[in-house]
Amino acid sequence: MSEGNALKEFYAGLAVMIRNFDLVKRYWKWEVVFFAYTIANTVTMGFVGKSMGGGNRTILYMIIGATMWSYLSVLFEVLAETVAWERWEGTIEYTFMSPMKRITHLVGTCSFAIVYGMLRTFLMFIIVAPLFGINLASMNMLATLVVLIVASISFTGFGMMGAVLPLISPEKGVQVVHIFQAFILMVSGVYYSVSVMPKWMETLSYFSPATYALEAMRETVLNGEGVGAIMDKLVPMALMGVILLPLGLLIFKWGEIFSKRRGFLKRNG
Amino acid sequence: MNYAVKVHDIKKNFKKSGKIIKALKGVSFEIERGEIYGLLGPNGSGKSTLIRLMSTLLYPDCGKIEIFDHDVLKEEKIVKRMINRVSVEASFFMKLSAIENLRYACGIYGFPFGKSKERILRMLEQVGIPKSRFNDPLENFSRGMQQKVAISRAFLTSPILMLLDEPTTGLDPKAKREVQSMVKDVVREHDATILLTTHDMEEAEKLCDRISIIHHGKIVAEGIPVKLKEEYSAKTLEDVFLEVIGVKIEEADENE
Ligand SMILES: Nc1ncnc2c1ncn2[C@@H]1O[C@H](COP(=O)(O)OP(=O)(O)O)[C@@H](O)[C@H]1O
Ligand SMILES: [Mg+2]
Repeated sequence: MSEGNALKEFYAGLAVMIRNFDLVKRYWKWEVVFFAYTIANTVTMGFVGKSMGGGNRTILYMIIGATMWSYLSVLFEVLAETVAWERWEGTIEYTFMSPMKRITHLVGTCSFAIVYGMLRTFLMFIIVAPLFGINLASMNMLATLVVLIVASISFTGFGMMGAVLPLISPEKGVQVVHIFQAFILMVSGVYYSVSVMPKWMETLSYFSPATYALEAMRETVLNGEGVGAIMDKLVPMALMGVILLPLGLLIFKWGEIFSKRRGFLKRNG
Repeated sequence: MNYAVKVHDIKKNFKKSGKIIKALKGVSFEIERGEIYGLLGPNGSGKSTLIRLMSTLLYPDCGKIEIFDHDVLKEEKIVKRMINRVSVEASFFMKLSAIENLRYACGIYGFPFGKSKERILRMLEQVGIPKSRFNDPLENFSRGMQQKVAISRAFLTSPILMLLDEPTTGLDPKAKREVQSMVKDVVREHDATILLTTHDMEEAEKLCDRISIIHHGKIVAEGIPVKLKEEYSAKTLEDVFLEVIGVKIEEADENE
């Protein structure tokens, strides 16, 4: 790719990102509702932790679960619903007609999701933490950040694969995405250790990057473990990212071809 | 020859709730560079399907389309840079403003906002959007105004082939006239080739150098409007349509 073309792709990706922030700004009422919901959910989980006894540690255990899950959900949903959203707005044909590469389109969407998700999560933590007098003294900042980054890459691959569903099935795609998401929530040990599940479910949990993300996060925040100590979680997570991202892109491209054959890009069916 | 578009024996079927819809049944035609070419046909005759095939949004079952000698399927990216489109539906992010929408539309073609901002503002002014409305959500715009923004979007990327898919359908007479004269102006200024679909015969006569009539996914007549009228000894294009199809265009609508 020539320098000029690379620059064009860069601007295109940036445009996708900015457009998403424009939408957040213009749909701010929805944002408020969505944010209030996430806060209420996180606070609820905090109190569930408190009621179990165990003090700061148990509360944090639950809040890490709620916070991480809300972050990963944002990544997953933004990506998985990007097609459905644009079909609903009616702009999808114009986006797909543009010469922007699909990878640029998706990377732009991912970048937005990561920045937006991080901001949201940070803001939420600032609001929720004082309520429980949370003490983060034992947290290893650097390692926590590494976990967040690796988890983000891994999860965006997941999101891309989810995004293909609304592409190939305008009617049922989004529902299937939500079922898939609920399923990941169930097996990834968001609010409990995966060891409490029946063996077969525990086995499934190893295929979810969220499982590793949550376990690693708890190690770095609760036990102050460094990057070295959580390698056993970082490596599988990174591996999944390396596999899922290109695979997600490939599947998405395949879905695009399929929908162009069938005439599914259009607004209604 | 200097062709902007060559469509060769294009066929396209759709499956819809188990039934097969034959949208295009072997369509061929050519458009010369700089021409305004009209594709006339009732609702459901296959006009939009053809436009989508040219815009890389659909793949044909068979046949071939070349745009300025580039194969739409094999050289998708080159073709995408040469075309843009205005459709019946405005197709915008309705909560976003005209500027926000156009910034996105230019951005995904690789133009940084710093560079395109001036052009966007000038274009919006040129199509007659009042400055005070530049930052209003498009959902508050009338259909006519939305369509003007859509025309701005299409011309901002400087396409050499412009696909206008019923750009005036559903507009009130005043907005319709405005959009039509805008098409003429903009063509003169941008030196583009135009494919215009419509079921408005008057519009076709007013704007197009050459037209074809499409019916049930097939082209049934083609020529220069004056010649076509001579050929069918008809006073208007409407009469030509009546001669060729056997019913009036308003009554020829197919299952939508
Ligand atoms: N994406 C699609 N899926 C299924 N059927 C379609 C699709 N697009 C068009 N059709 C059908 O193909 C026929 C031609 O449609 P279209 O090209 O939109 O006609 P026009 O633009 O002339 O009104 C119609 O019967 C329509 O229902
Ligand atoms: Mg149409």
